[in-house]
Amino acid sequence: MTVVERREVALVDLLDRLPAGGVVVTGDITLRIADVDLVRIDLNALISSVNEQVPSPRDDPT
Amino acid sequence: MTGLRYVYAVCRPFRSALQAQLTGVAGTPPKQLTHHGLVAVVSTVPEGDFTEEALRARLEDLDWLTVTARAHQQVIDALTAVTTPLPLRLATVFRDDSGVRSMMEAREDDFRRVLDRLEGRVEWGVKVYADKEPAAGADAAGPGAAEPGRPEPGAVPGRDHLRMRRSQTRAREDVRQRATAFADALHARLSAFAEDARTHAPQNPALSGATGQNVLNSAYLVPRTESEEFVELVDREKDDVPGIRVELTGPWAAYSFTGESAGEPEVGP
Repeated sequence: MTVVERREVALVDLLDRLPAGGVVVTGDITLRIADVDLVRIDLNALISSVNEQVPSPRDDPT
Repeated sequence: MTGLRYVYAVCRPFRSALQAQLTGVAGTPPKQLTHHGLVAVVSTVPEGDFTEEALRARLEDLDWLTVTARAHQQVIDALTAVTTPLPLRLATVFRDDSGVRSMMEAREDDFRRVLDRLEGRVEWGVKVYADKEPAAGADAAGPGAAEPGRPEPGAVPGRDHLRMRRSQTRAREDVRQRATAFADALHARLSAFAEDARTHAPQNPALSGATGQNVLNSAYLVPRTESEEFVELVDREKDDVPGIRVELTGPWAAYSFTGESAGEPEVGP
């Protein structure tokens, strides 16, 4: 079977791994960034951003 | 020109060249910085976007985060083709090369240990969804089901509507329970095959655009040589379960397995 036909990686799958995965190293710049729960920040930002783009059908469009 | 150093990954030295066209975050090609027998893959990024203060704001900017995450992934992906990279957390930034070298020295033992553990392994993602819509006609045969297209004279539409809603809710709940049981069994089987497993939080449908409820979102660490077998295993398991969908992604670099393995206790100093 042909297994590993790579498609465009979905952003949401990327975001499961990228903000929160990988080794945390305290860089000169990212010394304090590394302590932050990046996932929380990102997802809050993302959800509000997505919701702005795709308003819920129940929202009153005023 | 001044600039900061963005570090993508740490690897053991590798022979093959990276793709010539490869660009990283901020559009500059990544280069290798070798120190104490390990290689850091780095590129220069502008101070404007990558100082701590700028980063905090940038990481909440969806467009910026998307472009940066994709660029990061592209470099990791290219490295995965030629070696087993140890990916670093997104947006790990240093003032200059000597900052990167100090970090490599400080973390040398950790890096070697994790690189040994990941050597020749890749990560596969598996997601299970419960369909939101019950199969068509699932409740049409129930007793007292309204005959479609023949409204009874004097029928109360509101009551029929409520009954239909309740029946749909039950059907959805049923699919969700079966999907959860299916996901638990699948996860157990895949975990037994894989060397390690991690469970991510279920994905938000507002972000994924997926239909159905995400009841399993897991990552599995699998030797490359056993990847085909793993994919076949997922393929076999995912068949013929109505209302349940299985999705496979990968192979990824081992993003979800860069920490200590779940079974290993933290070793104190």
